[in-house]
Amino acid sequence: MSLELKGITKSFGALVANDGIDLSVNRGEIHAILGENGAGKSTLMNIVYGLLQPDSGEIRVDGKVVTIHEPSDALAVGIGMVHQHFMLIPVFTVLENIVLGHESTSKIGKLKLSEAREKLLALAADFGFEIDPDAYIENLPVGVQQRVEILKALIYDAKVLILDEPTAVLTPQETDELIEVMKRLRSQGTSIIFISHKLREVKAVSDRITVIRRGKVVASADPSSSQEELASLMVGRPVNLMPDKKRPNPGAPILEVKDLVVLDPSGRPLVSDVSFTVHAGEVLAIAGVQGNGQSELAEAVVNLQAHIRGSIELGGVQLIGKSVHDSLHEGIAYVPESRELDGLIGSFSIAENLILDTHREAPYAKGITLSPKAVATRAEVQVKEFDIRAQSIQDPVTSLSGGNKQKVVLARELSRPVKLLVASQPTRGLDVGSIEFVHERILAERDAGRAVLLFSTELDEVTALADRIAVMYAGKILAIVDATVSREELGLLMAGVKK
Amino acid sequence: MKKFWNRIAGTALLPALSFLLAFVISGLFIALSDAKVLKEASHPLKFMTTALSTVGNAYLALFQGSIFDPNLAHGHTVWQGFYPLSETIVTATPLILTGLAVALAFQSGLFNIGAQGQFIFGAIGASYVGFHFHFSPVLHVFLALGAAIALSALYGGFVGLLKARTGAHEVIVTIMLNYIAGFFILWILKTTTFLRPRRIDPIAPEVNPSAQLPHLAGANFRLHAGILIALLAAYFVWWLLNRTTIGFQFRAVGANAAAAKTAGISVSRVTIATMALCGALAGLGGGVHVLGSEHALTADIGGSFGFDAITVALLGRAKPTGTVLAALLFGALRTGGRTMQSNTTTPLDIVLVIQALIVLFIAAPTLVRFIFRVKNLKTKDAMTAKGWNG
Repeated sequence: MSLELKGITKSFGALVANDGIDLSVNRGEIHAILGENGAGKSTLMNIVYGLLQPDSGEIRVDGKVVTIHEPSDALAVGIGMVHQHFMLIPVFTVLENIVLGHESTSKIGKLKLSEAREKLLALAADFGFEIDPDAYIENLPVGVQQRVEILKALIYDAKVLILDEPTAVLTPQETDELIEVMKRLRSQGTSIIFISHKLREVKAVSDRITVIRRGKVVASADPSSSQEELASLMVGRPVNLMPDKKRPNPGAPILEVKDLVVLDPSGRPLVSDVSFTVHAGEVLAIAGVQGNGQSELAEAVVNLQAHIRGSIELGGVQLIGKSVHDSLHEGIAYVPESRELDGLIGSFSIAENLILDTHREAPYAKGITLSPKAVATRAEVQVKEFDIRAQSIQDPVTSLSGGNKQKVVLARELSRPVKLLVASQPTRGLDVGSIEFVHERILAERDAGRAVLLFSTELDEVTALADRIAVMYAGKILAIVDATVSREELGLLMAGVKK
Repeated sequence: MKKFWNRIAGTALLPALSFLLAFVISGLFIALSDAKVLKEASHPLKFMTTALSTVGNAYLALFQGSIFDPNLAHGHTVWQGFYPLSETIVTATPLILTGLAVALAFQSGLFNIGAQGQFIFGAIGASYVGFHFHFSPVLHVFLALGAAIALSALYGGFVGLLKARTGAHEVIVTIMLNYIAGFFILWILKTTTFLRPRRIDPIAPEVNPSAQLPHLAGANFRLHAGILIALLAAYFVWWLLNRTTIGFQFRAVGANAAAAKTAGISVSRVTIATMALCGALAGLGGGVHVLGSEHALTADIGGSFGFDAITVALLGRAKPTGTVLAALLFGALRTGGRTMQSNTTTPLDIVLVIQALIVLFIAAPTLVRFIFRVKNLKTKDAMTAKGWNG
């Protein structure tokens, strides 16, 4: 089946999200749509899937014009979609999620699952998936949950599969597995629209690449183009993917962690016996597959974890036992893993988010009263310094794009007197332009003589920024290696293999 | 200026439309539950006119009983016609304070069901200082209210402490503490300290005149200085939330506790402080009620001030100004309802129907939007969404 979009236009008020977009997808083809956050990729796909109606333009399936008013229309013509945020019910089993919305019942209304079970197992076998139909979704790893989503689309005869940022939530291994799955689907005749801004993956898997910028198709690119070329097309200006890094000039030890143990409330160790040192003017990256204790380690450094043992010294001051507030004010800038959950208060204004940490200090506070004027003045300065694109500092922070949200977090954290920057997944979900900004800023902090502790699951990021790399596996630091180590060796360490 | 009006329209439109809708539907109930109207069911025209006049009379009585009654105003005493308004304000005063106690908790992401118990403890504290001691007038009022605030702040703060230290959910704890307060007052009124001499029914001695709140409009009206205290408290809550570092922390924890904690705000300290302050507000309500209108502690002093407070705070969208207006509305419905019951054939219970419908429509903005075909009805900061996992 082939899919053709002609002159799709969609505007929201004054904003033209899609401006006359033409696109065609052939049978058995993986067609990547590349674009920054806000370029209009998701709008386009929501139109194809019937979640939005275009202002003008037409959608053709096998040359015939179709109208798609809602997702069920899309499914009927063979278009399936796997959303970035999964649409699964966590407390249901795999099978129950698959039949959801298509349940067949016996005469007295009892669910009949046997047919669906056979179909599911047959389909899974076809694609070589191992899947337990009776496993509960909440107990499955993210990669497997995604496979359930894919199966859910395929079982209802999707011939064109839209994958919206499918790798955003995956570990490097899971990403590799997904790429294999996509190739297998292609060989069986399924067309895939692959939405992403991750260049390595797009290059690895697609047959054709369409680049969208500000709602328009700006180029069709070949997968053999270099990452730099693709990034430049996406952003509309030359992009430097490898930030210029000066030689490190490490100074005195700033953060010394010794025999650190972090337990969960039931006493199970999440981080065990971890020791490392970060010096001034140095980036130590903690690499590893998601879920090997990095998140807990990052939180432990600023005392956000409740059950910790061992020693964390910042410039000779013991941090264990201090409150979060006191730890931060000893001189730590902390960029949490999730901007939306832990970094920002969505309903608060940009200005208010910028003083979450310092609202009790002069000039923002006089006694117990807040000075809105001082808060606003400071916000104006920081919005300029960090190039935060906002209409007004009084707008709620939710109105910002991901990159600008992260800039608000960075602006807040870096404006205290800081000895150490702890950044956890600082570029997750950001577009190329914002990633560039964050990377430059992190290196600028390093060059200004601060110690940087970077947590990242992205190998590209780790190798681009780090001076030394510590690999975490199962709560332990497996090895601390020099940044010149090969990608293969790092991959092995991340899988828990130590030579 | 235009922006200002847009904002007012944005926040006040939903309550106003809900209000209108509730009265229309309650009108149907009044007409259809009236024997006189039903008797005319076979004559459509007569049926309509009787129904309209019944509903009209009921709402007129509601108005006369809550705002202005021309029957009381004749000749040179037009003034006297406002007696119902004074009653409305007297009823609304404790409701404003308990409503604030619930609203402030909402702002910190807590659900304070315990205003009832906090109110009772405030009433006990104010009553004891009021009848047991003798001070000069103004000082005595301040001391009695101070006792009300202190006692109920401890009572409320205890809930916060439990939540912060052990994770006990404030909804469960406050519900249980309401029972404790209800039985505690029954018991304490039997002790020799509290039981009025030569009485066997549970009533405490009358508070000394020096501890009673002064009347504001002469001895003919029950209107007392409590309303000024309540309005001051509402202003205080607004100022606290919007102009202080403490309020900033309250709102931050209420909006996203994880982010607040990550930025170094102590969530447990905010929880304890919020619950103590909420206790103090509800307790002040109890104190004002005893010193202003009741003058003596009785077993049912709490009425349903603490429970209605939840509705009032929801109706007021957990904002101080909204809470004051909602409390005044409830005060008016309650006092007006009594007149309606005695002057017409419409029962007092219809007031409960009106109250329930208003809240129902506020909680279902999509319905109101559909009925009136309005767009952009502001629904964003509805506080009801948080609930149990908050």
